[in-house]
Amino acid sequence: MNIHEYQGKEILRKYGVAVPNGKVAFTVEEAVEAANELGSTVSVVKAQIHAGGRGKAGGVKVAKNIDEVRTYANEILGKVLVTHQTGPEGKEVKRLLIEEGCDIKKEYYIGLVLDRATSSVVMMGSEEGGTEIEEVAEKTPEKIFKEVIDPAIGLQAFQARRLAYNINIPTELVGKAVKFMIGLYTAFVEKDCSIAEINPLVVTGDGNVMALDAKMNFDSNALYRHKDILEYRDLEEEDAKEIEASKYDLSYISLDGNIGCMVNGAGLAMATMDIIKHYGGDPANFLDVGGGATTEKVTEAFKIILSDQNVKGIFVNIFGGIMKCDIIANGVVEATKQVGLELPLVVRLEGTNVDLGKKILKESGLNITAADSMADGAEKIVALVK
Amino acid sequence: MSIFINKDTKVIVQGITGSVGLFHTKQMLEYGTKIVGGVTPGKGGTEVEGLPVFNTVVDAVKETGANASVIYVPPAFAAEAIIEAVDAELDLAICITEGIPVLDMVKVKRYMEGKKTRLVGPNCPGVITPEECKIGIMPGYIHTKGHVGVVSRSGTLTYEAVHQLTERGIGQSTAVGIGGDPVNGTDFIDVLKAFNEDEDTYAVIMIGEIGGTAEEEAAEWVKANMTKPVVGFIGGQTAPPGKRMGHAGAIISGGKGTADEKIKTMKACGIKVAATPSVMGETLVEALKENDLYDRCVTNKAKA
Repeated sequence: MNIHEYQGKEILRKYGVAVPNGKVAFTVEEAVEAANELGSTVSVVKAQIHAGGRGKAGGVKVAKNIDEVRTYANEILGKVLVTHQTGPEGKEVKRLLIEEGCDIKKEYYIGLVLDRATSSVVMMGSEEGGTEIEEVAEKTPEKIFKEVIDPAIGLQAFQARRLAYNINIPTELVGKAVKFMIGLYTAFVEKDCSIAEINPLVVTGDGNVMALDAKMNFDSNALYRHKDILEYRDLEEEDAKEIEASKYDLSYISLDGNIGCMVNGAGLAMATMDIIKHYGGDPANFLDVGGGATTEKVTEAFKIILSDQNVKGIFVNIFGGIMKCDIIANGVVEATKQVGLELPLVVRLEGTNVDLGKKILKESGLNITAADSMADGAEKIVALVK
Repeated sequence: MSIFINKDTKVIVQGITGSVGLFHTKQMLEYGTKIVGGVTPGKGGTEVEGLPVFNTVVDAVKETGANASVIYVPPAFAAEAIIEAVDAELDLAICITEGIPVLDMVKVKRYMEGKKTRLVGPNCPGVITPEECKIGIMPGYIHTKGHVGVVSRSGTLTYEAVHQLTERGIGQSTAVGIGGDPVNGTDFIDVLKAFNEDEDTYAVIMIGEIGGTAEEEAAEWVKANMTKPVVGFIGGQTAPPGKRMGHAGAIISGGKGTADEKIKTMKACGIKVAATPSVMGETLVEALKENDLYDRCVTNKAKA
């Protein structure tokens, strides 16, 4: 789960990680009020959306007085920002962070991620702050330093110190940097983060080490033990169909194509998208109905696929293991009864109770094209939507 | 022969009284797996399906002589269940549970260092040695006994591959689902190594997906060590970056973990890669014929 920058900074503040003073604003008036309360000579108006690259897209402005805060807030609120992470349709700005400006001496990068190769949390640092870490990794990998953290003892002060020296934090500020890093690591493990990225971390003219930005993602499997983090969820930042799917415990990802897919199992669902593409089509979604799907779940899955206006045809690809083919068949029949079916539908069933499933579909009188294999089904649906 | 499990493997079920655990216990018994007991804290002394239930894994091992455990415990308690199995010094623990917080698994991995137990999973379909022992949730009837090893990060794609093999009269030695999580116990290389050493396995299908670099590392290992043909498939060639495709570990992040990169490395390491999931079986047959192994791998002449 993603959260906004200002929410991430709220969390970090609780863990003793220094961040600039700031306030969230939903309207221009709130933005002006926030700037007045902060009372700093310079304020920064920052668009709050769940995507990086806001600065380049015009979503971050430095205001030298209250009038400029008003002007920029007016300009950014409601604006659709298109960044490399939003996709071409962009994201509308509905929240702002008004923050006091600070005297930046130098920008650095600090990030925590799970390293799959070592099955450990790794802290990465670089003195190339402000640029994307992927870019640094590509062009100057020698400028990235890593500390692998032992989960039994956590991030040690010597590791944080070593990292601070490696990325050339001024010697007199290393102590503050160590406190910063240990606070960040503690927040990461206590809140079950999957990513915590501070880019940039800055050293200021008055001798502070601060997080100027904060990107925090959380492990959705661990949210059950973090009610406070769940409250940060901003549904407006998520795809409506994905939210609907999550209510029924369906794994759904919206894509750009026109062939709706309903599949059991994540691997098979991905492979189904691939094979549609292989035969010249474009999948409209990834959808895994899971191993324990009921007729009701299948019905809801079908409705979600049909709610996508781009969908011109549907491919149901089921390998029934524990998931029985007759349950899928009943779900398909029930769903089409409830919502009607005008689009071509290709169904490939294989596995447990396959004959029963096929019989149910056949006797339903629905206009369903049966397929013998994945390849056959993909070819048929691609031909039908052309 | 086979790897990891066979007809003599004695299995206990952790979480045997839960609905999922109970359902699959019945299925495993029906398949012929030697299930010798179960564990549910607080239900020790009772019986389920004629099997004794114990409060702790240690008790279950002491009373039944079990050497393997299968875990169907809910995600919030599953990491601890794995640790309990490791603490009881079982040879094998197979964790089916999906949705364990990844930082819990980081601790489990650390705890397991230097310990005796092999962990398979979590978030996996389990392990099956056809006609001998099925531990997990896979549909048993699609498998046939034979000489092709299967290893995969995905459950349904494993079934798809196994089905395609069985349809062509080609049996399997063992099929191992290593699971779709970013931190897991047994990895591709562990399984490939075991298949390489198993004299009854003549060839291997390896099914990967986007996310991480485990497939690339496995491919390099194959190139350096494997004496048997390996064919592969990678799911998620059309997956968009930054989105988790169902499995917690199936995500392209920072431009890493793409299907293209994996396929390129696998091919460079001498692994034949199936272009679509529909031709996994066909691709294996080609590899068998090229290596003069086809006749030895056909275990059902009627279907070949």
